Amino acid sequence: MNSLQQTLTLAWRSLLQLRRNPWELMDFSIQPILFLLLFLYVFGGAVAGSTEAYLDFILPGVIVMNLVFVTVYVGHGLNTDLTKGVFDRFRALPIARWAPLAGRILADMVKQAWCVLLLLVVGFLLGFRLGAPAAGVLLMLALLLVFAFAMSWIMVLVGVMARDPEHVQLFGFTALFPVTFLSNVFVPLETLPPFIRAVVAANPVSLLSEAARGLLSGGPVFEPALWSLVWAAIITVVFAPLSLWALNRRLARS
Amino acid sequence: MDEAIRAEGLLKQFGATRALDGIDLSVPRGTVLGLLGPNGAGKTTAVRILATLLAPDAGKAWVDGYDVATEAAAVRTRIGLTGQYASVDEKLTGRENLVLIARLLGFSRRDARSRAGELLAEFGLEEAAHRPIQTYSGGMRRRLDLAASLVGRPRILFLDEPTTGLDPRARLDLWNLIRQLVAQGTTVLLTTQYLEEADSLADEIVVIDQGRVIASGTSDQLKARIGGQTLVVAPERDADLDTAYAIVTELAGRAPEVDGSRLRVPVTDPSLVPVVVRRLDEAGIVARELTLRGASLDDVFLTLTGRHADVESADEAVEVTP
Repeated sequence: MNSLQQTLTLAWRSLLQLRRNPWELMDFSIQPILFLLLFLYVFGGAVAGSTEAYLDFILPGVIVMNLVFVTVYVGHGLNTDLTKGVFDRFRALPIARWAPLAGRILADMVKQAWCVLLLLVVGFLLGFRLGAPAAGVLLMLALLLVFAFAMSWIMVLVGVMARDPEHVQLFGFTALFPVTFLSNVFVPLETLPPFIRAVVAANPVSLLSEAARGLLSGGPVFEPALWSLVWAAIITVVFAPLSLWALNRRLARS
Repeated sequence: MDEAIRAEGLLKQFGATRALDGIDLSVPRGTVLGLLGPNGAGKTTAVRILATLLAPDAGKAWVDGYDVATEAAAVRTRIGLTGQYASVDEKLTGRENLVLIARLLGFSRRDARSRAGELLAEFGLEEAAHRPIQTYSGGMRRRLDLAASLVGRPRILFLDEPTTGLDPRARLDLWNLIRQLVAQGTTVLLTTQYLEEADSLADEIVVIDQGRVIASGTSDQLKARIGGQTLVVAPERDADLDTAYAIVTELAGRAPEVDGSRLRVPVTDPSLVPVVVRRLDEAGIVARELTLRGASLDDVFLTLTGRHADVESADEAVEVTP
């Protein structure tokens, strides 16, 4: 069996966990829908005048916000494997050194794709209609997954550094809340006070949301997409080596 | 001699703690080595190095003739590992865990399923096969851990404290499974805190403390150094302590250690117990406690190092009520 198959097998294992754990499956299904419904019906009238008008704006935003939150599960799963000893079991097997980590990240990409598609379907049921070519959906998915992959490296670091899975979640969400809320996910950039506008405009979450909006409803795509990719590249270049270094250090420590 | 496992001068330091301070080991093919020691003695570190999970700071080790540092991939194809840290996925079922490992080892889908079925039957886990591991009892969990390390039919098996925390019944079950593996020719390196476990499974025992080997030999050789058993007598009334002391001294042939109202003395002849009971009875002494127990790791330690060992209590006491 080659290392690619080993990675696929380990990804399959991570997804299989979901089938045995309805609660976790709900995290990936009910939670994003709940986000969408809450923001749509609570803020729609105030922000856009009506929920119908807000849907076009908030659907891509919630897709991006959810994407960012779900990356926490990479760290959570990795930390569980490290603390419970599953990771060492794999390391003692004659398989590729990177397969366990790659399998986990790959499985996470599948979960991410599931969340995005689920939100799109629910959006359509609520009345959302594409305002751009349908191929935009695929481009958006690809762009989102590239960014999620980059974010995974941050979460690998969190997963390696944290004492237990609960701390991964605590730290992950605490760090990600301000990042997602200081963005244009919920409200247009123009409505924000000038002094935080620059920060919000440069936030990759804003850029990604803007690109997603462009690809689904029409509007500028190239520039925000490009900057999202630049962010993804920077995050990967910084955090991938750092995470692997921290992982090897943790493995050599006990 | 044909060696399955060999280690020379293994040294490992974690920060300021020296986990291994020059350990030599040699395990002939088809035999069981018991690595005996208290918490923090370095047992787990030694196993992790031999199983290629950790690099030693100094020293060399070979498993099945392959260097664990430079030929780790070859070592990994030959070993099975079970321990507190090398564990299975709690969220998957027993069968899924075994199939997963078989698939990772290169079994086809069908072979993986049949190998998993074989092991589940062999380990008495067929009924629980479809349940997630988190619903398993401690004993079932250890059996599945062991099964998971046997998927690839390794000839060399590392068992790191395989029965710690198990009840006596589950422990005996696991011992029997290990004996079967040994009978099939598997070489086993077993770490334990229980002298009784090393005694019952191992051909040779190595006692380690603070990263060093402090004694080694067969179980009988060790017992000859330590004394076989300990007699504990505690009279109901403190006033009887002196009389009891005199009786125990006379029968055991040596003065007991006084520990509160308890008298403790090493003995070699178990038939002494009924005699002690009769003599105490004749003297009109009622015993609150009268126990003969096998030597524990703590006794080994007390004898070898003069210190008590930091172990979880594993006294298999034989209580006698007069």
